[in-house]
Amino acid sequence: MQAELNMNKTLFDKIWDTHVIKQADGGLDVLYIDRHFIHEVTSPQAFDGLRKRGLGVFRPQQTVATADHNVPTKNQHLPIKEELSRFQVDKLVENCKDFGLELYGLGHPYQGIVHVIGPELGLTQPGMTMVCGDSHTSTHGAFGCIAFGIGTSQVEQVLATQCLLQRRPKRMRITVDGQLQPGVLAKDIILYIISKLTAAGGTGYFVEYAGEAIRSLSMEGRMTICNMSIEMGARGGLIAPDETTINYLKNRAFAPQGEEFEAAAAYWRTLYSDPGAEFEVEHHFDAADIAPMVTYGTNPGMGIKINEHIPTAAGQTASFGKSLEYMGFQAGEQLLGKPIDYVFIGSCTNSRIEDLRLVAQFVKGKQKAGHVNAWIVPGSKQVEAQAKAEGLDRIFLDAGFDFREPGCSACLGMNEDKVPEGAYCISTSNRNFEGRQGPGARTILASPLMAAASAIAGKIVDVRTLLN
Amino acid sequence: MEKYAQIRSYAIPLPNEDVDTDQIIPARFLKATTREGFGENLFRDWRYNPDGSPKAGFVLNNPQYGGQILVAGKNFGCGSSREHAAWALYDYGIRVVVSSFFADIFKGNALNNGLLPVQVKESFLHDIFLAIEADPKAIFEVNLEQQTITIIASGAQASFPIDPFRKMCMINGYDDIDYLLSIQSDIENFEQRQKRYFTNTILP
Repeated sequence: MQAELNMNKTLFDKIWDTHVIKQADGGLDVLYIDRHFIHEVTSPQAFDGLRKRGLGVFRPQQTVATADHNVPTKNQHLPIKEELSRFQVDKLVENCKDFGLELYGLGHPYQGIVHVIGPELGLTQPGMTMVCGDSHTSTHGAFGCIAFGIGTSQVEQVLATQCLLQRRPKRMRITVDGQLQPGVLAKDIILYIISKLTAAGGTGYFVEYAGEAIRSLSMEGRMTICNMSIEMGARGGLIAPDETTINYLKNRAFAPQGEEFEAAAAYWRTLYSDPGAEFEVEHHFDAADIAPMVTYGTNPGMGIKINEHIPTAAGQTASFGKSLEYMGFQAGEQLLGKPIDYVFIGSCTNSRIEDLRLVAQFVKGKQKAGHVNAWIVPGSKQVEAQAKAEGLDRIFLDAGFDFREPGCSACLGMNEDKVPEGAYCISTSNRNFEGRQGPGARTILASPLMAAASAIAGKIVDVRTLLN
Repeated sequence: MEKYAQIRSYAIPLPNEDVDTDQIIPARFLKATTREGFGENLFRDWRYNPDGSPKAGFVLNNPQYGGQILVAGKNFGCGSSREHAAWALYDYGIRVVVSSFFADIFKGNALNNGLLPVQVKESFLHDIFLAIEADPKAIFEVNLEQQTITIIASGAQASFPIDPFRKMCMINGYDDIDYLLSIQSDIENFEQRQKRYFTNTILP
């Protein structure tokens, strides 16, 4: 195979090349998709399209569905109260039934946020191409696969043909050398990177993350990093699989088992960028320079270290001023000590068991501030069950946190979990856009530790000052 | 997909940068299961107060402005992959969005729905905003065949890039799916040929 003879390939190109069926007119690649995830919000119009064209699903065993965006996070055993949400979730059930697709819907022990369940079920594996009608599909790249978000027209194409027409993106490598300081998490790494490269700095690229600080992260941490690749405009991010990846996948429900696993692992170990591989752009950062991060504006590129000040207005655009006005902050001031009203720990960025363990460890024996509403929303039924098995739910409850049922929840406020107008929410999610968590809501993105510490203090604090 | 017709229109100025798809169509309005009707909630929270009354300061509520062309600041369409953003703009009557930079997924979604993203240099974008400021009914022409956008009053013209395949699809109203369906035997052959890579793909 060409792929194995060429010694100067990037990880990205190795995977891409094994999935190109042919080149179409005009230089676009016909890219074969191994795994397709769907959810209730971006799929109904795709099924409609199939019906209009009289088509079925070409490879039904390569698509998996779940309900996550619209689902309530309380009383999931009862019918969904909100009529339109219920209709959309019911529509997914109907579509999966009509087209013969596997659905992990409400009530199923595998249900959860699509980017949490794929990896935990072992559906996400190195070397694959994966897509979903959701921009945070980039999460799965943590396993060394090509995973990216698509629009609904493309969901229909994948359902109908298992393929997409794609132009090969440019490659970027971001290397983070050295070791993280205590209290600094994967979330801080990615917020730091986006603050340096801006919300558009990765547009047109696929990013490979490398270096000691990345390599030393758990799979959960790597998923947090790849998840937010889209927040700098990059279609996806990926990390070469290693023993951490392989150990994570061992014995997962849909991972290969026994001898087949060993054979797969042998292939996965060939998936890395060759020493001579070239990237169109390279960035290097030093882990020692990274501190707990917070965002002050209305896009994820507007982030600062917790001890830094919001930039001054000089030389900034009108959009910068509008953003600060929305947030109710002044140019040049610090966020440290600012009171908060809500804390949201959840979303496809930070709702995995490791995130919940970290939060539980920090809040154990403490009490959240009286005026703060603190929600913890696990990423999946499996995460929820694991947290309960470890007694984390008790710790959360005792500390005054509301431990809920899985879903996307207040990350985008499609269900009733909304932050009120004008209220400040320190959130472990991925987007601080205007109104993202509810009309007029003000979002400050941070790590789970920063969110937990701020919930206890009732204001934004530097978690490093509170660690033993 | 509708064929793209040549556009000669005045334009709506929205100089904001980093306009994300949550602004174009907020998540709470994504609950419809058809493609139609999203125009009603286009820029919902910039356009309307919580009580549903129009916000006087927002450009879509200013009767001076209108037309099929939206002119926006850089990094338009960032954030969520929701195709509803392209549907909302199209449903409202927009056929061309001009900016100095587009987010990737939005650009793809727009092209798949007959909405033309026209990327121009920052300086030309500035000239367009100035032309609209001088005359809210200034006319612009967007010629896809020639890949040009012209400010009619001054005659100033800029060219814009577009993928040749996407251009052909826009002009003829073709969808990617038509092409992909036509190569089904290639896809099946490929699946056989590459089997060893993909043994883990199929659900039991």
